[in-house]
Amino acid sequence: MQANPKGVLTGTHFLDGDQACCEGALAAGARFAAGYPITPSTEIVERFAWRIPTVGGMFIQMEDELAASIAILGAVWGGAKAFTVTSGPGFSLMMEHIGYAAMTETPCVFVDVQRGGPSTGLPTLPAQGDMMQARWGSHGDYEIIALCPNSPQECFDVTIRAFNLAEEFRVPVMLMMDECVGHMTEKVVIPRAEEIEIYPRRHTARGPGEYWPYETNGDLVPEMAHAGEGYRFHITGLTHDERGYPAMNAAAQDRLVRRLKNKIRAAADRLALYEEEATEDAEVVVVSYGITSRVAQRAVEMARQRGIRVGKFRLVAAWPFPAARLRELAQRVKVFVVPELNCGQMVLEVERAAAGMARIIPVTHAGGDVHRPETILEAIVEAAR
Amino acid sequence: MTAVVETPVINPVEPFLRMDRMPHIWCPGCGIGTTVNCFARALIESKADPEKLAVVSGIGCTGRVAGYLHVDSFHTTHGRAIPFATGLKLANPSLQVVVYSGDGDLFAIGGNHLIHAARRNIDLKVICVNNFIYAMTGGQTAPTTPEPATTTTAPYGSYEPAFNLPYLTESAGATYVARWTTYHVRQLTRSIVEMLQKKGFCLIEVLSPCPTLYQRRNRLGDALETMKYYKERSKTRHGAPTSEVGLTMQGDIVVGKFVDRDRPDYLESMRRRLAEQLGDKFAGVGVLA
Repeated sequence: MQANPKGVLTGTHFLDGDQACCEGALAAGARFAAGYPITPSTEIVERFAWRIPTVGGMFIQMEDELAASIAILGAVWGGAKAFTVTSGPGFSLMMEHIGYAAMTETPCVFVDVQRGGPSTGLPTLPAQGDMMQARWGSHGDYEIIALCPNSPQECFDVTIRAFNLAEEFRVPVMLMMDECVGHMTEKVVIPRAEEIEIYPRRHTARGPGEYWPYETNGDLVPEMAHAGEGYRFHITGLTHDERGYPAMNAAAQDRLVRRLKNKIRAAADRLALYEEEATEDAEVVVVSYGITSRVAQRAVEMARQRGIRVGKFRLVAAWPFPAARLRELAQRVKVFVVPELNCGQMVLEVERAAAGMARIIPVTHAGGDVHRPETILEAIVEAAR
Repeated sequence: MTAVVETPVINPVEPFLRMDRMPHIWCPGCGIGTTVNCFARALIESKADPEKLAVVSGIGCTGRVAGYLHVDSFHTTHGRAIPFATGLKLANPSLQVVVYSGDGDLFAIGGNHLIHAARRNIDLKVICVNNFIYAMTGGQTAPTTPEPATTTTAPYGSYEPAFNLPYLTESAGATYVARWTTYHVRQLTRSIVEMLQKKGFCLIEVLSPCPTLYQRRNRLGDALETMKYYKERSKTRHGAPTSEVGLTMQGDIVVGKFVDRDRPDYLESMRRRLAEQLGDKFAGVGVLA
């Protein structure tokens, strides 16, 4: 279906990534946001609080991130599209509800504008240190989707994608921004509402009495109902059966947990979005994402000027990870250079995908700044040697 | 010959229960089931539409209530029933949203959410079953455990002061606060009926025996003896200052309706402020896109 024009600020704007993310959420149909202030993400909900009363909907500032991250889930079961935004310390507090959302299959979006960590770390400075936390931070086995935009325009576009995927797969989707992308101001083009495709809620067509909340029909994603519609359904974070009733045994656990994983895994090929440039003849491929991909771009250009056959591989989705494509590349690429604003996180996935077929050179950075293009260039030169 | 048609006798509360989930998990003598019975009877009495009612629970023995009620029901995370219910209520204000949970869930891990929901005056109806202990996990100290009761984590007796739940809830801004015990089934039912008609953040504390863990470990007898204690030592004092209703171990229990006042709820305040500031540009607070 098409976007509701009420939330779409069609036109050409000069926005930072945080503001663009807010506009993406509004365009995607988010009408409920709950948040707790934390740098460098707060601007997203500040804008939402300012915009939403004229669009229709609401923002509530909760007492902490635990509250914000579950208030949105309550709102979703009440019929809304909802999201929350945070940064490292708040993201840590939200982990339990990311797990609850995964377990109860509540479609929702968590935005993490990453800053230096661990702990309070560097509140105003960039990092990409929450990438593994996004995937593994809550306890137990589950799957999520995580996207990592690298520009304000992409913050707009990818936020819409995040909401659409949340609805399609009934899964929490993480938008893994970073302080630089969040605070960088660039041109953002917002199309007309009819040009924006929206994935509608998978609302059941069945009537009350013929509906169980976790019954699946071939498809691995069950249909939803909202509170107050007469279905009188039950939702729990306990392991549950198709009726939504607690089922405390290994067989029910196996059935549920494997379905929660498989609904994402089965679609991994189309979910694992990436962008590739000049990889056809490349001996060296730089794998990067978020703000680091912008620095890597410069390093790749410099290396090409020196005649090095280097290509670029940018993760648009971090999770599911595009392992299949990287494995293909590993068969003919000599070296993957992996710069990131952490001490080596996604590089572990690159290594896993390459399975020993290509050498891996991580270019780590503890955060607080971005790489210098020369640092990445040095790694490319060393790789090509 | 006249055919004899036997109509099965149905307990009037059955339509509000998920009978396909019985028997429930609660121990013999536990008071939670009694409160559920009162709640269901209050629904009948108040002619509440079960399709417009949602019950939200946290974690613990009382946290299992949501799962046994045949309404839209949510068993959430430990301590977070209130913020979940906040999102649910704000997204669909036409729902009657009841939070049904225990003392540890609502006042320890969830204490911050409770005071803020009361401060905002979110239109939530909270039933707090207080058994003085963490029962689901085997009988640990709760913020309500009276001195010097023994628990598994206070094997030599508790030396922490307990929270006075009505006092705390009133101070935070609740519009309705009452306390009963599972002995007071009629009063409790009436109080729930009254609360369901009230607007704003409301709380009823219900003292309930946990014969398995609290009474037994403290040699206070069985559930029946607890009923006798409730009967003998409860003093009904409507309008009692909540600062004076704190509980002591096996001491007097002040019961009654302590607070019944009106103030604008969160949505009302939000709507008024935004309409005042934005005039015609205010598009309303409806969240359904």
